[in-house]
Formats: sequence, C-alpha cells, structure tokens
Amino acid sequence: MSSSTVEYQKKELPAKVKTVGMTLLLVGLIIVVLGYIVNPTRTAYNNIIGFTFLASIGVGSLFFVAIEYLAGAVWSAPFRRVGEFLSSLIIILPLLFIPLLLNMNNVFHWTHPAPADKILVEKAPYLNVNFFIIRVVVFWLLWLAFYYFITKNSRKQDQTKDQLLTKKNIKISALFMPVFALTISFTAIDWLMSLAPHWFSTIFGVYYFSGTVLAALAAATIFIIPLSEKGYLVKGIHTDSYYSLGALLFAFTNFWAYIAFSQFLLIWYANLPEETIWFLARWEGNWKFVTIGLLVFRFLIPYVGLLSQPSKMNPKRLIIMASVILFAHYFDLYWLTAPNFSKGEVTFGWIELGFPIMIAGLIILVFIYKTKKENLVPIGDPKLKRGIDFRL
Amino acid sequence: MMSEKILYSFTAIFDSPDEVSHATEKVVEQGYTKFDVHSPYPLHGMDDAMKLPPSKLGYVALVFGLSGMVAALLTMWWISAVDYPIVIGGKPLFSFPAYIPIVFEITVLSASIATVLAMLFVFFKLPNNSHPLHGTEYMKKVSSDKYGISIQAEDPKFDEASVRKLFESLQAREIYSIYWDNEELTHKHKILEPKFLTFLFVVAIISSGTAYFTLNKLMYMIPFNWMMDQPKQSAQQKSLVFSDGFGMRQPVAGTVARGYMPYEFKGKPDVAGEKLINPIPISIESLKLGQVKFDIYCSPCHGYHAEGNSRLRGQFPNPPSLHSEKVRNWSDGRIFAVLTEGQNIMPSYATQLSVDERWAVINYLRVLQRALDAKETDLQ
Repeated sequence: MSSSTVEYQKKELPAKVKTVGMTLLLVGLIIVVLGYIVNPTRTAYNNIIGFTFLASIGVGSLFFVAIEYLAGAVWSAPFRRVGEFLSSLIIILPLLFIPLLLNMNNVFHWTHPAPADKILVEKAPYLNVNFFIIRVVVFWLLWLAFYYFITKNSRKQDQTKDQLLTKKNIKISALFMPVFALTISFTAIDWLMSLAPHWFSTIFGVYYFSGTVLAALAAATIFIIPLSEKGYLVKGIHTDSYYSLGALLFAFTNFWAYIAFSQFLLIWYANLPEETIWFLARWEGNWKFVTIGLLVFRFLIPYVGLLSQPSKMNPKRLIIMASVILFAHYFDLYWLTAPNFSKGEVTFGWIELGFPIMIAGLIILVFIYKTKKENLVPIGDPKLKRGIDFRL
Repeated sequence: MMSEKILYSFTAIFDSPDEVSHATEKVVEQGYTKFDVHSPYPLHGMDDAMKLPPSKLGYVALVFGLSGMVAALLTMWWISAVDYPIVIGGKPLFSFPAYIPIVFEITVLSASIATVLAMLFVFFKLPNNSHPLHGTEYMKKVSSDKYGISIQAEDPKFDEASVRKLFESLQAREIYSIYWDNEELTHKHKILEPKFLTFLFVVAIISSGTAYFTLNKLMYMIPFNWMMDQPKQSAQQKSLVFSDGFGMRQPVAGTVARGYMPYEFKGKPDVAGEKLINPIPISIESLKLGQVKFDIYCSPCHGYHAEGNSRLRGQFPNPPSLHSEKVRNWSDGRIFAVLTEGQNIMPSYATQLSVDERWAVINYLRVLQRALDAKETDLQ
C-alpha cells in the first residue's frame, strides 16, 4: 500500500465555469461601484458583510487544513487541496478591506465619539482608527504568512514526496491554532461587534468562529463533491469519505446553535437594558422575520437535513445543505450588521446583492486560477492512499 | 460423545483483515445469510462487505429523544404555567428560552439511556450471556490476533461439506466446527423460576423495611435545631438569675402601656360624673363612629333610638329608655362610668369599646336624646 499506486490525471475545469465566474465578478463589481457612488454608507455596511464573509471562507479553510494536519486526518487527504485553494482567498482580502478603511467614519461611530460619551471615550485606547488599521493589517499579514508556509510545504510534497514535510506542516499548524483563535476573535470584535460600540458580548468571538468554520466547510463541500463525482479528483473515492464532511457540517451547525443560544439566553435572562438593546434592534419591526429566518436557515434546515447517517453521505443532499449553510452564513452576517444601519425597517435592495455576487465570482475565479497552477490532489501526501481507501 | 452434540456453526480462521473481508464477500456471494465475522477490533468497511442493513439503533435514539423532549417541555409548562403559576424575574409564565437547556439535557439523557438499554437488552439479547462460541479455540484466536467467519448451521443453505469446501477454497488457515453444549440448549433461566422470584420479593421487602427502620427510626435526627434551642429565658420558665425564681418580670412601678388609659373612678360613678370631661369634640366622624358602635353594642337592649323598645324586649328585665330625665341630666362622665363599669344587669363594655369609642357613643346618644326632646331654638 504505497502512495505510488495512486493514479491522478490533472484535468482542466470546463471553460463554462470560468465564464460564469467572470460574469458574476463583473456584475457584482458594477453593482458595488454604483453602490459606493449612490449610497456610500449603505454600501460600506455591505462591504463589512462581504469582508467578514470572505475572511470566514479564507481563514476558516486555512484553519480546516491546519486542523486536518494536527488531527492526522486520513479521510480528508484527497480533499485537502480544495481547502488550500479556498484559503488562498486570504491573498485578495485587501480588495475588500481597503475600500472600507476609506469609509470608516460612515459605519463606525467610535471613530468620532462625542466628548460627553464617556463609554466611547474610555474605549478609545482600543477603538481608534490607527490601532484599528494596525490590527487589520497585522492580522492579514499573519494569515498570509501561515497560508504561505503551509501551502508551500504541501506543494513541495507533490514533487519530492518527502514525508517530513507533513511533520513540518503539523508544527506550523500547531502554531497557527492560537494565532487563529486570537485573530478571528478580534476580527469579530473589530468589524462586527464595534458596529454597536456601546454593546458587548463576551462570547461574540466564538459566535463568529462557529460561523467561520461552517462557512469554510460548506464552501469546501460545494467544491469537493462535484469535483469528486465528476472525476477531477482521484478515482475510487467512496461516499464514506463524504460522511465526515456531513458530520462536521452537522456538528458545527449544532455548535453554532449552542453558542448563539448561550449568547441569547444570558442576555434575555439578565434583562439588562444595555445588553438587551442589541437583540431588541433585531426583533423590532420586520427584523423579527429576519431573526426567525436565521433560525430556520442556520439551524433547523441543516439540522433536519443532515440528521440521519445516509444523508451525510448523499452527494446531492450534501451540496444542497452546504449551499443552505453558506447562504445562512451570509444571512447571519447581514443579521449582525444591517440592523445597525436601519433600525426597525429591513432594508434590502440591489445594493445588498453586489457583494455576494462579486464574492461568488471571486471565489470561482481564484479557484480556477489555482487549479491551473496546482494539482487538485496532494499526490505526494503519505496519507493519500489510505484516504482514498477510507471506509466507515 | 461427539455425535450427541448438535452443530452450531462452521468457523474459519484467517490471518489478515484483507483476507477476511475478501472471504466475507465470497460468503455473501454464495447466498449465506446467517453468519458472523469476528475480529479483535472493528474493521472499517466490514458492514459493507457483510451487506448488513443500517442499524435500527438510530430510530430508538430518535423516538426516545423526541419523547424526552416533549415530556420535559410539557412537564415544565404544566408546573410553571398551569399548576403553580409564579412570575419569576418578570418573565412570562411559559418562558420558552429558559426551558431550552433543560429540554436539551432531557432529550440527550433519554436518547442516550434508551440507546444503551436497547443495545444491551434488545440487540445484544442480555441477559443471555452464554453462547456456543464462548470458550472455544476459535474465539480465543479471533479475540487476539486472527480474523474469523462463522457460518451457522441454521442457515437454510448450510451443508457441512459445501461450507468446508468454501472455506478451503478461500484458504482458511484453520477450520473448526462449533457445537452447542447440551446444557446451553436445555438451560432455563433461573431468573424466571418462582422460587427465585419469591426470594427476590422477600429480599426486597426485608431490605427496604430494614433500610426504612434504620434510617427513619434508629438513626433519626432532627435536621437542625439551632432555632429551637436558644440560650434565652422563655415565658413561664424558672429563672436562676432572679432571687424570686420567676422568669417573667414585673414592669417598673408606674409604667403605662402604650394606648392604655387607667380608669381612676372604679366603684365611684358619681365622682366620675363630676370629674370626667368628654374629650371628643362633636363632629360628623365622631357621630358616625358613635352610631356604628351604638347600633352594634347598645341597640340590642336599648333599641336603635334608645327608647328601650328593642327586639330583645321581654326576654330580659326590660332595659330602661335613655330618654328619661335622669339620663338626660347625667353628665357625659356619669354615662362613661356606666359604659365602663356596667350598671345593674348591664355588663361593662370596656373590652368591646375603646375609650374614644365610648365617648363617641355618648355623643351619639346625646343626638338621639335631643331628637326626642328638641329645644325651641332647634325648631326655628
């Protein structure tokens, strides 16, 4: 059972996919640019959703790759490249945070606190424009560095088949864990929680983390299953290998519900005005229906859809559920962000569509670019053969 | 000896997981259904090779989980919204968010307990703890470092010669035939014998009775008695401190209780008539109070209009009319003395009427008297 028995033929993705990606990107980009001209504030709020969504998929995928190395996961070895490709989205993150840094005054009112606002004045040592920009850039550089080292070793292994490279990546992954934990928590606090700077929730970082992992897993699933079913990956992958994807999606759906409910229950029970105001803003007017929709899309549908064992291995079901989960993550970020912009009334229009369309295009194009340059399967990985033979 | 025994199964030993899964696929191909595979550890992909249907255990978990969920929800709803509704923390009686953690826990608890019990008693068929494979050479090998297949004799396609041939063609290392122990076939569970059940019943009664007697009679302790036994003097208790031995002490001479006015003219109504002055000025409130009290305490004998013609007339010595010249000319203090001490057959009303109420009654009596004996000036 040596890894040399793996047969892999590199295949180009159909040109149709690239056309779809290009169209999406162009349409999205036009809407975004128009949005910034017509209504910069509203577009900036959407930009936050877009940035946190893309960061979720990019950084979450890197976390996913790292945790596979750390756990010594065998089943995921044939799929690991998909996670690596998606984590390359880290490189294009500045595309989304630079326009925001230029519009900070519109969305973050802590940038110009009233002198009488004691809370914001006292939070100013952390929440100020300079330190904010430093954090954003430093976090991005950290993610970039870990992305670079992990994928470099992985690529090198395709040629050299050196097993020590796996060991090296395990060490880098171990280092990445605390970095990931801190950067993702502070990203959540900086970009999302500071939109309502008087409000606070100590579990907020974990809340964004749970969504991040879900989004990364769902994005990976959406790519892995069609690629594997249509033979772009290696031959002989059994549906048992999909089981772990389904199980992880199911587990993190529950984790999200657990964290979201923990945040809600404590605030609801204590009933302190300074805390409940945040949930009230999401329960007033027609925001109530958005909140109920969040429960349905983020928890009920994936929970019921992935509960049984066969459904976790059914390719069609997995793609549908992963799409619902990925949509729900965007929906969740919208739910976190938009009520700060329009209180009591749900705003939804063409401006809201710009970023999701653009990001879908970006993801597809980056993925195609990576598939052209690299193998879709880590053919040098010592665990690959065992991963293909994986059975429950 | 051997011929008396009944065949349970034919078993074959293999050296590696790959061989045994290949052999399993062949066994399935031949159409055998009653067979089992044994290995020292779980083999991935064996369910598939054996063509086992998906486990039914998940349904047990689902059904019991859901019923636990519903039971927890209904219980809490009934307790806190129906049977004993108390508003807690300003929350609604049926506060669903507060129930979710408990509903979640009960769901998990009932699902997991039901799963374990169903697994043990339905799927593993406990307490059936004897099996023909136990204690055989075959079982010793497959529980250490070998892999084995056992095809049972009750399989409809079972035939000694063909099974042996199949195993040989699969290059089994060793082939064993496994026989039932006669005792295993004839054995009846002792657990169902009436003698044992009676014994169990008696033991249950004795042990629970002993436990009850020991805990509730022999070892009974008052939970805590710090409030019952306090180092203080109780009323009626003998005192070791005071020389007269009384726990209760007299108040200092001349002490007057709050709200208590001593009556100095006991047995001397005429003196009271001279010295006591009505302190309550005539007012609507005072007269209304006087009327209420008069109607309650005085009217049963003297009548509502103080004419002595009450509903009790004839049952007692007739009470006098209070419109007589004598009473009209009495001072307020003199009447106060009658109310306080009683007169002839009339008892004292000092316990029923407070001092102020007595004066109010007197004020009201004056109104009644005046009503029957108005002055010239009143008519103008």
